[in-house]
Amino acid sequence: MSIAQTREVPAVQTVDLRREFRTRGIGIGAAKTIVALDRVSLAISQGEIFGLLGRNGAGKTTLIKILTTLLAPTSGQAFVNGLDVTRQVIPVRRRIAMVSGGEQSGYGILTVREQLWMFAQFYGVPSRVAHKRIDELLEAVDLADQANQKIYALSTGMRQRINLCRALVSDPEILFLDEPTVGLDVEAARVVRNYVRSWMQQNPRRTVLLTTHYMFEADELCHRVAVINHGQIVAQGTTNDLKRDLQEHARFQLELAEWAPAFVERLRATEGVVDAQAEAHKGRVELRLSLSREELIAPAMATLSEVGGRVLTLRRIEPTLEEAFVRLVGDAAEDEQSGEAHQ
Amino acid sequence: MTTTPGPYTNAMSWQESLRLGLRTMLGRAYPRLISAVREREWLFYEVALPLLRIIAFVLVYRTLKAPPQYTGFVILGGAMMAFWLNVLWMMAAQLHWERLSGNLELYLMAPASMLWILAGMAVGGMIATLIRAVVIVAAGSLIFGVTYHLVSLPALVLVFVLTLVALYGLGSMLASLYLLYNREVWVFQEMIQEPISLVTGFYFPIRTLGGFVGGAASLIPLTLGLDAMRQLLFPQGWPAFLPIGWEILILTVLVMLFLVGAAWSFAFIERRAKVEGRLSLKWQ
Repeated sequence: MSIAQTREVPAVQTVDLRREFRTRGIGIGAAKTIVALDRVSLAISQGEIFGLLGRNGAGKTTLIKILTTLLAPTSGQAFVNGLDVTRQVIPVRRRIAMVSGGEQSGYGILTVREQLWMFAQFYGVPSRVAHKRIDELLEAVDLADQANQKIYALSTGMRQRINLCRALVSDPEILFLDEPTVGLDVEAARVVRNYVRSWMQQNPRRTVLLTTHYMFEADELCHRVAVINHGQIVAQGTTNDLKRDLQEHARFQLELAEWAPAFVERLRATEGVVDAQAEAHKGRVELRLSLSREELIAPAMATLSEVGGRVLTLRRIEPTLEEAFVRLVGDAAEDEQSGEAHQ
Repeated sequence: MTTTPGPYTNAMSWQESLRLGLRTMLGRAYPRLISAVREREWLFYEVALPLLRIIAFVLVYRTLKAPPQYTGFVILGGAMMAFWLNVLWMMAAQLHWERLSGNLELYLMAPASMLWILAGMAVGGMIATLIRAVVIVAAGSLIFGVTYHLVSLPALVLVFVLTLVALYGLGSMLASLYLLYNREVWVFQEMIQEPISLVTGFYFPIRTLGGFVGGAASLIPLTLGLDAMRQLLFPQGWPAFLPIGWEILILTVLVMLFLVGAAWSFAFIERRAKVEGRLSLKWQ
């Protein structure tokens, strides 16, 4: 059964997608085959903001290029709203838009309004509709005052906000964002993120595939994420799933009323306590506990009470997405070594 | 039984496709038109400078005591050179810059054919170039006192339109190479510009090159277009390469050949570039 015939059509689906690149070198045997994507299978539902995380060269942009019909897969299949990206190119193109980080598209001599109108024409949007959308979009990204400003006079942050408007002026069903906030200041990045979220809320059928190096951005925006490393999906799920799955120990932070060496000694001797570290600072005692299982916090608290420890506050320390990411893909040095072996 | 659509099968009706194509063309023509209004320096380097070259050739012909109508031939050649440069060479080379700026990716991702984008560049270029050509002809004719004897206005318009459409087709074929290559095509284009400009006969009758070279040069639409226009404007004294009827027929064939060739070439090269992964590379 084809993807298009299923009841719930995923916004994006890939099946065993593989892409190889042949690099040309100088000298005999210098040419190499690099596997940019290896058996990538993903399904992104309509209405989702899906994050694709990975280091430089992991295969994120290659996947986006295939989904946006700019690159052919070596093998496997890719679908956008049930349409095959290699066989139904034009219908796919009518439904998608892309914004890349550091994009310099368009023409500096045009005004913001003219540039957005021009791109709307490429998608057949009638001028009256285009101008209405342009007004709404510029208002939404705080650039209404710049509508008649020439593109070359805009700052990097303003340009990227215009690029976002450029992508949305054709009212796409699926938006591909390839590191859209790279190089932007905090305020410009915040405007971009906020508007993406608000754009998604306007229509439940809209979908975003976002690649980013900023873990907080993925954590803040994405319903689900996938981590890609050396062209392979190594994990996927909600950001909380990823953090929890990769957390080896449950970690807690306690604030105690007073300090005694016996606290730590007794805790370390308690079953299930992997580590206990205490630190006194300006009259406050902070105790950090690592437990083999989350539910062992109750016996640990009982032990502490037995030796006279009074707990003022207790807080579970959640792992960050960045920690989960590093655990999944290793550090940069490992990456380079394994990257060479991979090629 | 269901059939699998081809990769570029458009689910739109032909009316929708046409509307999309025309809007795309209008959209892409706009920056070219508006830049002619906003960057007026072009009036100097696209009108005054070509006039200097025309004056040089006119003076050479006058020194050699060539018949007076040769002044008109040179002015017409100089005016048509603007179309040659803007519609053919600049349109192809523009894709080099579009790739570097990232526009090419966005054009390719748009649902309309790249030929509509190129048509927009060509139309925008033609209108700006038309102004340049009219100013050159008017100024040249006034300075040197050239008189024209128009044989047939419809025939002149037909030859002019056929020439420009054929130039657009040839330029599109050349532009398609930029999807696969970049710097290599740029260098190649620079390399062949002068030899092709020579055999096109901007400033001399193509017949002087002989039947073989003239025949080969006729594959470039401007060669026969210019020869036909000179016959239609200077009925006496122009050493025609072929009769006008034949030239119109060959130009019509070239129009069809180049337009079909451009459509095929874009589809073929785009597919190949997607397989080789060269379509979205900015630096090559």
